[in-house]
Amino acid sequence: MVSSAPAILEMRGITKRFPGVIALDNVTLKVQTGEIHAICGENGAGKSTLMKVLSGVYPFGTYEGDIVYNGETVEFSGIKQSEAAGVVIIHQELALIPELSITENIFLGNEPRLRGRKSGPIDWRAAHEGAKALLERVGLQDDPDTKIKSIGVGKQQLVEIAKALNKNVKLLILDEPTAALNEGDSQHLLGLLRDLKTRGITSIMISHKLNEIEAIADSITIIRDGHAIETLDVSDGSVDEDRIIRGMVGRVLENRFPEHDGSSIGDVFFEVRDWTVRHPLVADRLVAKHSNFVVRRGEVVGFAGLMGAGRTELAMSIFGQSYGTKISGSIVMDGQEIQIRNVQDAIKHGIAYVSEDRKALGLNLLDDIKTSVVSAKLDKVASKRIGSIDIYKEHAVSDDYRKSLRIKTPTVDEGVNKLSGGNQQKVVLAKWMFTDPRLLILDEPTRGIDVGAKTEIYQIIRQLAENGAGVVLISSELPELLGVADRIYTIFEGSITDELPVTRATPETLMRSMTSNRKKDVA
Amino acid sequence: MTATPVPAKKSGGIRDLGRMFGGSNSGLRQFGILGALVLIILIFQVLTGGKTLEPGNVINIVRANTYVLILAIGMVMVIVAGHIDLSVGAVAAFSNIVTVTILKAIDSNWTVTGGGEVTKGVLMSILAIVIAVAIGAVVGAWQGYWVAYVGVPAFIVTLAGMLIFRGLNQFVGHSTPQTVPNYLGYIGGGYIPDFPPYLPFSNGTVLLGLIAAIAVIWNELRLRRRQRSMGAEMAPQWVSIVKIVLLVLVIAYATYLFGTGRPGTSFPIPGIILGILVLVYSFVTNNTVTGRHIYSVGGNWHAAELSGVNIRRTNFFVMMNMSVLAALAGVVFVSRSLATGPGDGTGWELDAIAAVFIGGAAVSGGIGTVIGSIIGGLVIAVLNNGLQLMSVSSDQVQIIKGLVLLIAVALDVVSKRSGGRSLISRFRRPGADLAAGPADRPDVPPAGNSAEASSRPKSTVPNP
Repeated sequence: MVSSAPAILEMRGITKRFPGVIALDNVTLKVQTGEIHAICGENGAGKSTLMKVLSGVYPFGTYEGDIVYNGETVEFSGIKQSEAAGVVIIHQELALIPELSITENIFLGNEPRLRGRKSGPIDWRAAHEGAKALLERVGLQDDPDTKIKSIGVGKQQLVEIAKALNKNVKLLILDEPTAALNEGDSQHLLGLLRDLKTRGITSIMISHKLNEIEAIADSITIIRDGHAIETLDVSDGSVDEDRIIRGMVGRVLENRFPEHDGSSIGDVFFEVRDWTVRHPLVADRLVAKHSNFVVRRGEVVGFAGLMGAGRTELAMSIFGQSYGTKISGSIVMDGQEIQIRNVQDAIKHGIAYVSEDRKALGLNLLDDIKTSVVSAKLDKVASKRIGSIDIYKEHAVSDDYRKSLRIKTPTVDEGVNKLSGGNQQKVVLAKWMFTDPRLLILDEPTRGIDVGAKTEIYQIIRQLAENGAGVVLISSELPELLGVADRIYTIFEGSITDELPVTRATPETLMRSMTSNRKKDVA
Repeated sequence: MTATPVPAKKSGGIRDLGRMFGGSNSGLRQFGILGALVLIILIFQVLTGGKTLEPGNVINIVRANTYVLILAIGMVMVIVAGHIDLSVGAVAAFSNIVTVTILKAIDSNWTVTGGGEVTKGVLMSILAIVIAVAIGAVVGAWQGYWVAYVGVPAFIVTLAGMLIFRGLNQFVGHSTPQTVPNYLGYIGGGYIPDFPPYLPFSNGTVLLGLIAAIAVIWNELRLRRRQRSMGAEMAPQWVSIVKIVLLVLVIAYATYLFGTGRPGTSFPIPGIILGILVLVYSFVTNNTVTGRHIYSVGGNWHAAELSGVNIRRTNFFVMMNMSVLAALAGVVFVSRSLATGPGDGTGWELDAIAAVFIGGAAVSGGIGTVIGSIIGGLVIAVLNNGLQLMSVSSDQVQIIKGLVLLIAVALDVVSKRSGGRSLISRFRRPGADLAAGPADRPDVPPAGNSAEASSRPKSTVPNP
């Protein structure tokens, strides 16, 4: 601990509950004045929740514990209050308005008025001058009248910081500030943080990029499963990436995964070759870079990667090009190259994709269970000639899934919006099982659902594989991948960096390939 | 109007009565609107001293409102898919003027004598419908192309269409009213013909009532047989009997009303056209793949796209279908008024849209049914008619209609606040309807996190 400086912030015994989940359990965080404090942890460990508690997004009273800031106990009831106290959070998803200029964004909600009054017309001259000065401080040379949409993400991040500086920030919180930035922009941003540090601004930074953390942070707090595990002091030189990884993944593996010995695995039937995908809006950004991978019959293939590594993008681009532009590469099924131009093609070839975001992309929440189950393959319950749907058959098949997947609901006439997350996910699984998939891509299939339902979903996954389907399992939870998959690929920034049979994989080896670009030749 | 055969029900029971309106979520709500319609009819029956349910008046309501109800059928499909169509009045006007111009050209070159008149009238009526549908299809393809394949919001496309087709109407018709050959009047103004023996009531209407009653009974029996063979849950027998008796009574009463009007009148032909359309489109929306696709596109087009629904084709279909029905409504209207001109179809879009929303459709799409919209349209029709019978001036009628629309949708919004998406949430920022209170927005476990959230697929077919 850098114990010489006084603490600017102490969060003591913070507990935050959501219905059915404890997101933070008695977490204590101490940040020294003038340091850069990194917070590390797996996806869903509770980092962002902790920062939302700190910044008042979750107001006082919705959590337990104390926040001591600058020596005083504070009770923020909202983000306005925390900002007035000098605590500013910059979310990963930037809160800038694309159609407004840099100046307008910096002063949004905080506009200087003519003659210094509290209300009245905006003093654009003062705003302009102020913006110029602020941009200079963050090292941005652009004209303050430029619209936000016409500058890159890296510069937008700097505008966010300028906006924070305008609010007299003392404690700056950055959530994954470099996730969307390229190398040069990242370096500039980290440099700026160091510069702010010399001006006495304390920063808290959440990041998955361990090399950056190692390079910039003074101390690191590791959060795992809602607990603050440890706080490491970087200055004494004993901390390296491996040490951080050990803290992040070190957990006991429970015996909640179905047994599998690889006996169901057959031949390779699905192959992706030299797959390259561009970002749909930013054409020079590659979200998948020359990726190659194979799937065998009866095999569960895991894809490990951190948030934003490009796993979802890879999967969706394969599933009927539903993501990305200028997709190149080839898909080979049963030894023959196939063309998949849209989702209909993909379903026809027996490919199914269970989205990570079941509410936005997986389900029509206005539907009931039975209509959801048959929605991806209506032909199976409809007459060939005029496409009239046999509602009895529809009811019967969805009721079969209700029983076999143990969807907890009295009847399949129930609306899907009335189901819990786990049961909704089972409906989505049923929907895709109904398409008789040969290749089932599951994107974070257990996100946001409770442990019991998770175990059931693992069993369903294994069952599908035993029956001969190939399963691609994308997950942020390493224990899940290690417990369910037969083979694991790791992805980092759009590239497949490693391929390991599960018998050789450990959380540490995976995390290493997930956080750095030590590109290896993979099959 | 209740003689319009009621669409197939899926099973018996009070709860299932609601299901005759289709979607499970919206069923009960529309059951409520049916109740409101009955209530409004009864209120006016009292206020007008019994004039509302006189045979002549009931026949008049059907004849005068068929065109709005036909529009409402198409409009509900457009709105369920998440769009809007502002151009229906202009499209109908354009189609009218072209149809009438063509028919007049044929008419002047086709002279018949004596008994040939009737044959010619029938042929010309059919021709009028065919021409109108064809024009509607072409116009609809034009609008559908811009909405579905270019991605221009339907609001804009049809706002432009409103100007374009209104202008084309005036261009083709030189902005002058034109008369329409008399024999066309049958489509919009005709009645089911009577046949011997001539009794104090219309035989044709009685026959129609009998057919409707038999259809209702046969349908219920078939349903029960089917359920038994599938081993599905069945309503108790008495529920089915009560249901049949109720419906048959309603049909009998309607038959009495339509059959005992002034001599020469009976059930109107436009009512038959409407009935057929309601049956066909209820079936399409409830029981076919196309219908499912419309609801899924309106409910969550991201999910629909990822389920293999061809969004463009679906959007194209609803827009094109709307214009076809608008043209058809135009023919029915012209045929009744026997004149067409630059003012045809003014304000029709608003009547149709109001009917759909009173009928329980959601502004944000995904919710709404054909039957509900017909009931919504009838609510407006009865309101109009009742107020006129009471000699309320047209300015006050407008105010009352506006308030009814506002209150109907407001009730809907308030009742929906617990669950589904509502009118209000549409005007907040997207996703805000999830945030009942900021404190209980569960973003954990794994926060619906952002790098991947922001890289969500941007479809090329934006649904406005």
